[in-house]
Amino acid sequence: MKFGVVVFPGSNCDDDTVGVIESLGHQAVKLWHKETSLQNCDFIILPGGFSYGDYLRSGAIARFSPIMDNVIKHANDGGYLMGICNGFQVLVEAHLLPGVLLRNNSQKFISKNIYLKAATNQSLITQSLDLNNAYKIPIAHAEGRYFADEKTLEDLKANDQILFYYCDENGQVNDAANPNGSLFNIAGICNAGRNVIGMMPHPERAADPDLANIDGLEILKQLVL
Amino acid sequence: MKFLAEINVMPQKEILDPQGKAVRIGLQNLDIHQVADVRIGKHIQLQIEASSEAEANDIVTNACKKLLANLIMEEFDFVLKAI
Repeated sequence: MKFGVVVFPGSNCDDDTVGVIESLGHQAVKLWHKETSLQNCDFIILPGGFSYGDYLRSGAIARFSPIMDNVIKHANDGGYLMGICNGFQVLVEAHLLPGVLLRNNSQKFISKNIYLKAATNQSLITQSLDLNNAYKIPIAHAEGRYFADEKTLEDLKANDQILFYYCDENGQVNDAANPNGSLFNIAGICNAGRNVIGMMPHPERAADPDLANIDGLEILKQLVL
Repeated sequence: MKFLAEINVMPQKEILDPQGKAVRIGLQNLDIHQVADVRIGKHIQLQIEASSEAEANDIVTNACKKLLANLIMEEFDFVLKAI
């Protein structure tokens, strides 16, 4: 599988993402946001960072970068597309994923390890994850509070589109384990077609044995099983 | 004709505004207890070339809907002035 990692001005997780994909034995190329070609990539990733300095709203300006027309077309044609952290913010701004990501309820930028639990095995990225396991993954964001109106939330639940919950280290999903005030502890979702994935935590930052945590590698490995 | 659009983008009323909440607590710490609620949004000014006020109105509305406000979480209003 050939991966394309889009680089916006202010992206800063593109190298980590490319590195993990390559460590999994797959090709990854960077796609500059001013280009329009997706270079025949099968899977597009919008990485973490601070595209356009988070001006106006996180992800709001990147969503109109020249490459995004073809990224949106790729997704609408059923191609795989994933956004991590700022990439997730871009995807909700592009309306490829429902809901929004609001300022953390604590008002703070939060950078720490949290625990994550897969909510379903019915998606590419969670297909063989252990639903009882708490995966330790870092978060680093100021706008990560997932919010959607009631109707959208009902649809997400009915269609099994919630992919990840914030939980404690024992896998309990509760308020104490919710770092940012996200509705129902939602940390990641997919679209109704299940080909567009968004998550706030950074699995690519927990994918190197030298960093003493490869829980993120377990998650990203799902993409290429 | 030139117009100035004065746009206010505000978080929707039902959405928790932690920035406003933090500022309200700050005001209380300054013994300004009469403030019951604070909500914080953005003020945006656009200078526009348009042939009429109606056209300028359409341009601003389009800009707000497409980029300046995210209608899932925000609402906007604006005032247009000929300059």
